[in-house]
Amino acid sequence: MNEIKDNALPHAVAPTNLDLDTPDKPYLDSNELIINMGPQHPATHGVLRVILKLDGEKVLGTECVIGYLHRGVEKIAENRTYTMFNPYVDRMDYVAAVSNGLGYCQAVEKLLNIEAPPRANYIRVILTELNRLASHQIWLGTHALDIGAMTPLFYTFRDREEILKIFEKYCGARLTTHAFRIGGCQYELYNGFEKDVKNFLSFFPPKMDEYEALLTGNRIWIDRTKNVGMLSAKDAIALGVTGPMLRASGVKWDIRKAIPYANYKDFDFEVPIGQNGDTYDRYLVRMQEMRQSCRIIEQAVNGIPEGPIMAKVPKVIKPPVGEIYHSIEAPKGELGYFIVSDGSTQPYRVRVRPPSFVNLQALDTMVRGQLVADVVAVIGTIDIVLGEVDR
Amino acid sequence: MAEESKSQVPPSPGESKPAAEKPVPPAQASAPPSEKPASDKPATPPAVAKPAAPAAAGATPAAPAKPAAPAKAPVPTPVPWTSPMVEKYKKQYGSGLEAQSYLGQNYFTVDRSLIPDFLKLLRDDEQFDYCVDLTAAHYPKREKQFDVFWILYSFPRNERIRVKTQIADGESLPSSFPIWPTADWLEREVYDMFGIKFDGHPGLKRILLPDGWQGFPLRKDYGILQQDKEWVQINLGIESGQ
Repeated sequence: MNEIKDNALPHAVAPTNLDLDTPDKPYLDSNELIINMGPQHPATHGVLRVILKLDGEKVLGTECVIGYLHRGVEKIAENRTYTMFNPYVDRMDYVAAVSNGLGYCQAVEKLLNIEAPPRANYIRVILTELNRLASHQIWLGTHALDIGAMTPLFYTFRDREEILKIFEKYCGARLTTHAFRIGGCQYELYNGFEKDVKNFLSFFPPKMDEYEALLTGNRIWIDRTKNVGMLSAKDAIALGVTGPMLRASGVKWDIRKAIPYANYKDFDFEVPIGQNGDTYDRYLVRMQEMRQSCRIIEQAVNGIPEGPIMAKVPKVIKPPVGEIYHSIEAPKGELGYFIVSDGSTQPYRVRVRPPSFVNLQALDTMVRGQLVADVVAVIGTIDIVLGEVDR
Repeated sequence: MAEESKSQVPPSPGESKPAAEKPVPPAQASAPPSEKPASDKPATPPAVAKPAAPAAAGATPAAPAKPAAPAKAPVPTPVPWTSPMVEKYKKQYGSGLEAQSYLGQNYFTVDRSLIPDFLKLLRDDEQFDYCVDLTAAHYPKREKQFDVFWILYSFPRNERIRVKTQIADGESLPSSFPIWPTADWLEREVYDMFGIKFDGHPGLKRILLPDGWQGFPLRKDYGILQQDKEWVQINLGIESGQ
């Protein structure tokens, strides 16, 4: 296992040297075998294709083939107004649509040099953190299912429903919420929102104990995740990995703390980190993160100030000429928007820096030298959403 | 198409400012109609390219006049960025390097010839150890058609900067892969979308689009409904993807 750690970085070069086009080479008498996993494979979380080079059960190298879900979101953005592009960002990371919307709205607000009012920021934080819980729940359910534990999937989907109900009551949509607008929020909180959120906060932590009772001390779970998919802090930084994956490798970095946005600096929460950078640590980090999210929501819901929910935004949004980069801590890592404005109503260029895309690059480093079954565990632990990888 | 006729100029300080001071009443009238063709755009591709262009061209001079009505916030402009790090590199590179700050975000505009060395210095001497993003923008009317951006972050300094350079069509850049391994896929995506080549990249090929695809979709001369018809017909067995 140590060999991955030592020469992990040069490996990033290797996928291109897989020698896939050697039909004349009779590989049956050699030990190496090239097999194809996906794109239609339940454990690839959508349409990811991984070409594996194997020596028996051992992985010698991988190559990811992506783009099956490419919709040209960045091109679409150049042909829409700033407001019209807003719903499109929900379709990238569709299990954390609220985070996508927050990142985009804040980037445009920055470009316009305006700020959302405090009340809007509180609403944004509550919904975004609820969405982080929903996203982590999907991750936990599907990741555990991939490894062979079926029950957590039913548990997490059952409890995620409560979050989606709050979203539905707030804005009418469950997944692609389009909850925020440039300058604030469109909708005022519905009657009983605080009560619903507080009910959820008393309902959810016991459920998390249930998940942990199923997995944390489970012999099979530990065997399948401990020392699997190791990623050292050095490699994680070099590969640009962010989010829970980076923190599980021992780097205490969270954009909510490092470069605070919205009003995260008003809240008291901790940034959990791991030590070994293996799949088990990433599991623990995400579980603790969910508890921290509950803390943030609790503080926010008890302190929602009165006031407007929309800043003064011009009817026609025409930001001055300039470029801006803004990023937020999405459930999967650093989600950034780089927007170039030419002073017209449509963005000149929108670049989305998706966390899944960059994190997926680390797959090869993480699975080299491990077993085929571990590839499934590692894809699950990266927590990819192909809608965001391919955009 | 419409975008081409608009501003090709990179953000320059003095430009939009004076215009913002004179409120032009007809501008208000002309601004809303310019919204219309924009929203119709996806519906009818061939008919749109032409009507949209004059409308957008008409809207451009009116654009700075609009925010003049509230006349509150002055239009933000890039200001010089000063720090010990900037001074050091200005001494070293002179006119090949410019340091500015826009809305609190700092960026270097550097000459293409400095590219691998300057980035390497930033990582080794200034601890910018995390390459957040690498991307480009296309300005077809300009002589040097492409802006290429590196967004860098330093964990020890908790600082984010951008490095920006201009290159002409057909020109290549040295790969940043040896500096930040994360540039692997990011450079492949820039190549895929803009056709910018990176020398020394270990396997520069398309990443999101299929390997045999012709054309680079994020260039401004590539229409939103345009596609590689031949590829679609051969590989998907259908007349058109639309």
